[in-house]
Amino acid sequence: MTMPSHPVAEESRAKSRRRFMQVVLGSGIVASIVSFLYPALRYMIPPTTGELGSDTVVAGNAKELRANSGKIFKFGSKPGLLIRLRDGSYRAFSATCTHLNCNVQYRADMQRIWCACHNGMFDLNGRNVSGPPPRPLEDYAVHLRGEDIVVQRKKAG
Amino acid sequence: MNMQVRCWFTVLLAILGCSAFALAADQCLLCHQMLEGKLKTPTDTWAEDIHGQKGLTCAACHGGDANTDDMMKAMSRAAGFVGKPARSRIPRLCARCHSDGAFMREYNPSLRTDQLAQYRTSVHGKRLAAGDTKAAVCSDCHSVHEIRPASNPLSTVHPLKVAETCARCHVNGEYMKAYKIPTDQFAGYQASAHYAAMANRGDLSAPTCSTCHGNHGAAPPGVASVENVCSTCHVFQAQLFDESPHKKAFAAMNLAACIACHSNHRIVPPTDAMLGTGPGSICLNCHVEGDAGYAKAAQMSQSIAELEKALANSDAILDRAERSGMEVSQPKLEQGEARENLIKARVNIHSFDPAKVAGVVAAGKKLAAKTYRAGREALRERDFRRKGLAISLITILVVLFGLRMKLRSIEARQAAQADEANKDSL
Amino acid sequence: MGSLGQVIRRWLDERFGLESLLQFAKKKTVPVHRHSVWYYLGGMTLFLFVIQVLTGILLLLYYRPSPNEAFESVQYIMTHVKFGWLIRSVHSWAGNLMILTAFLHMFSVYFMRAYRKPRELTWISGMLLLFLALGFGFSGYLLPWNTLAYFATKVGTEMAAQVPLIGKWLLVFLRGGEEVTGATLTRFFGFHVAVLPGLTTILLALHLVLVQKFGMSVPESVERQWTATGGQRREMPFFPNFALRDLMGWYIALGVLGALAALMPWELGVKADPFASAPAGIRPEWYFLFAFETLKFIPAKIWFIDGEVLGVLAFGIAGLLWLLIPFLDRKPGERWRVFFLGLGIFVVVFMAVTTLPTLIASLMK
Repeated sequence: MTMPSHPVAEESRAKSRRRFMQVVLGSGIVASIVSFLYPALRYMIPPTTGELGSDTVVAGNAKELRANSGKIFKFGSKPGLLIRLRDGSYRAFSATCTHLNCNVQYRADMQRIWCACHNGMFDLNGRNVSGPPPRPLEDYAVHLRGEDIVVQRKKAG
Repeated sequence: MNMQVRCWFTVLLAILGCSAFALAADQCLLCHQMLEGKLKTPTDTWAEDIHGQKGLTCAACHGGDANTDDMMKAMSRAAGFVGKPARSRIPRLCARCHSDGAFMREYNPSLRTDQLAQYRTSVHGKRLAAGDTKAAVCSDCHSVHEIRPASNPLSTVHPLKVAETCARCHVNGEYMKAYKIPTDQFAGYQASAHYAAMANRGDLSAPTCSTCHGNHGAAPPGVASVENVCSTCHVFQAQLFDESPHKKAFAAMNLAACIACHSNHRIVPPTDAMLGTGPGSICLNCHVEGDAGYAKAAQMSQSIAELEKALANSDAILDRAERSGMEVSQPKLEQGEARENLIKARVNIHSFDPAKVAGVVAAGKKLAAKTYRAGREALRERDFRRKGLAISLITILVVLFGLRMKLRSIEARQAAQADEANKDSL
Repeated sequence: MGSLGQVIRRWLDERFGLESLLQFAKKKTVPVHRHSVWYYLGGMTLFLFVIQVLTGILLLLYYRPSPNEAFESVQYIMTHVKFGWLIRSVHSWAGNLMILTAFLHMFSVYFMRAYRKPRELTWISGMLLLFLALGFGFSGYLLPWNTLAYFATKVGTEMAAQVPLIGKWLLVFLRGGEEVTGATLTRFFGFHVAVLPGLTTILLALHLVLVQKFGMSVPESVERQWTATGGQRREMPFFPNFALRDLMGWYIALGVLGALAALMPWELGVKADPFASAPAGIRPEWYFLFAFETLKFIPAKIWFIDGEVLGVLAFGIAGLLWLLIPFLDRKPGERWRVFFLGLGIFVVVFMAVTTLPTLIASLMK
């Protein structure tokens, strides 16, 4: 075994190397743990976009719609049509025309739901009454929750 | 009476009863079923005929007595037997019941009863009245002994079958020679978007021959009324056209409104090439370079091309984002809305007003810009993730390096200790 | 600080015999030889399982197991929840990697014949854990309720119906009904987050205790070499040497998972529509491909037995025999060793040949 030239210096160099290694390893481990924990903790905080409900959505505000008018709202990945009737009550339907999938609109002058693409006509119950559409519009349940107009898909069967 | 006699009596009664019942059935049918060839053919399909199903006998149309099995009596002039009705008499024969409101009410109260009146206004009806027996009569379209309601998919007048029923005569060059009208309507129709909807998608509401020409009152719409016919479905286009300069111009030139650009039967799905000043443009059929219409055509074509480009750009960036693994279903949904503006812009062409088209195009461009921004945002998020990944990979590498060093130093120490132990034991 | 640690140590030792546990840990060693690299696979599988449990619990905070909401909730996690994309992709990738390492671990144990006495139960508990892992994979795959998952589940459960006698009952039990519906989703969710984890915990505890009891097995060839050279068994202390190496492996695995999640995120696809027709090329996940492809090639009828029934039976019997290998490979002798070696090679090649071509083809698309 070769003798070190300066045993004390060698010893202290080794000690400082070890310390350096410990610092590197320690801080590395801490940093890696933070980089794993931070996403996990951030994940657990619920997003502000709130209710995921693909079955339920807030379609509008009670003050928004005048009587005898309608508006398009987003229902999950499809458009919906919210109508306020003359008597103040609300109806909601899928806004996708059952003929060739254009978006329908509410016609206040005729009090009917109309599709501009081929002049399809639906009544206020969503039933196809004239023109090409072969089937009625899917209807949704409407509830009032405070100021919010909540539209909900109807349960099957 | 004893038991045996009673039994035989009952059997006899049953036989007599059956015969009586048999005699009450359609004797014409029973007899003709046993014949051959042309005299048998009508009986093959009678079970599917709506008239047969409703209990009408052969005598209802052919006259005679359907209750007797005596051929001479059944087909006697005295019983009113007509035999095969002459073609020119068929409409009135059918109308004997079908124009009788009170009679039809007993079978189907909601069936119309004006078919004969309509027929008389049709080209077929007029020609028949003039003595042309080649003209179509009821049985040509509805079939003779297998008439089904139009709602039955097997019926010759079911909406999906009407075109081929009309084509039976109207495609036949030989048959139609005397009338000097084209026979390419069906061929043209088969190339059309309407046919595609009907035949490929089974769309019962797709226009077929009778939709535009009428069924019983079949006649080509006049030049002035073509637009009315098309506008029963294509409302917006007609409204815009009415406000456009083309309406007066076409009327003055006696050009039928929609047909001048879109043709009557060969209504192919329209393309953007039909507009503007490039090859395939219909505008160039009338307009020449330098006139106002030419300039407007160019403007509208340009507008629409710009919107298409904007949509293509945002489509591309969204696809890129999606391919890198980003979730962009929401912007893609909004892209659908932006595309609707493109459809609206194309409809607005019928106003022949570049300003109107430009308005819709601008709205579409705004939406396309929004989705483009969403795509850019998605790509930025992707880059953020990759940066985050790089950082955590670096920390992992640091840890790995540190661990390796630690391991080495531990194992060196252990080896040194083992050496010491060995040396001691020596 | 040190004295607090000592206080805790003494407190625990008085109640749980901590000192003897620590002694055991200190003494635990791992043999070092040319095949000892395979020893890392068991710990890697365990690590990936822990990752699955943690990411799975996080996913549970947002996932909804009903057909109306399952797809949308996963979409929500991927798009709206901060780092949801990371947690979900890590969960999907780690699941597949875990099954891969489990298979590698099983085959390495097989080829090293570590299942011999006294480690028979370790092998059996390990094989059962492998079956549970496949169950995790199968049940978890349906949960996002997308088209591929829906139809893959339909095909997979249909194969269960081919089991003789109990097939129909098994199908209804798995599906929660005759067809794949929301009931299937609920059921699979229950299996995936409760039943299978429960069973796995028990078996895993058994498996780990057995491994501690019997230590790491050494292949016969290495044993022979050691006795021949008359030298010492080369052993490495588990703490800290092997443990640190394990830790390095786990950090590498974390890096790989992070990279996969960020660069090749797990697809979401399109929401399942039970009334749409199945898309072309429906196939189960890669770890079932060997069975799926084999069943495709069996003729419709062999003799008077239905081809698929025969196939399912064959796989069942093969699985059972494989499970009981420690009781079949008991006799000493070169001929037996070569036989079981050949059998193992056959199985690996068979699984590779029936899995890889389809897998590579679909990845190229």
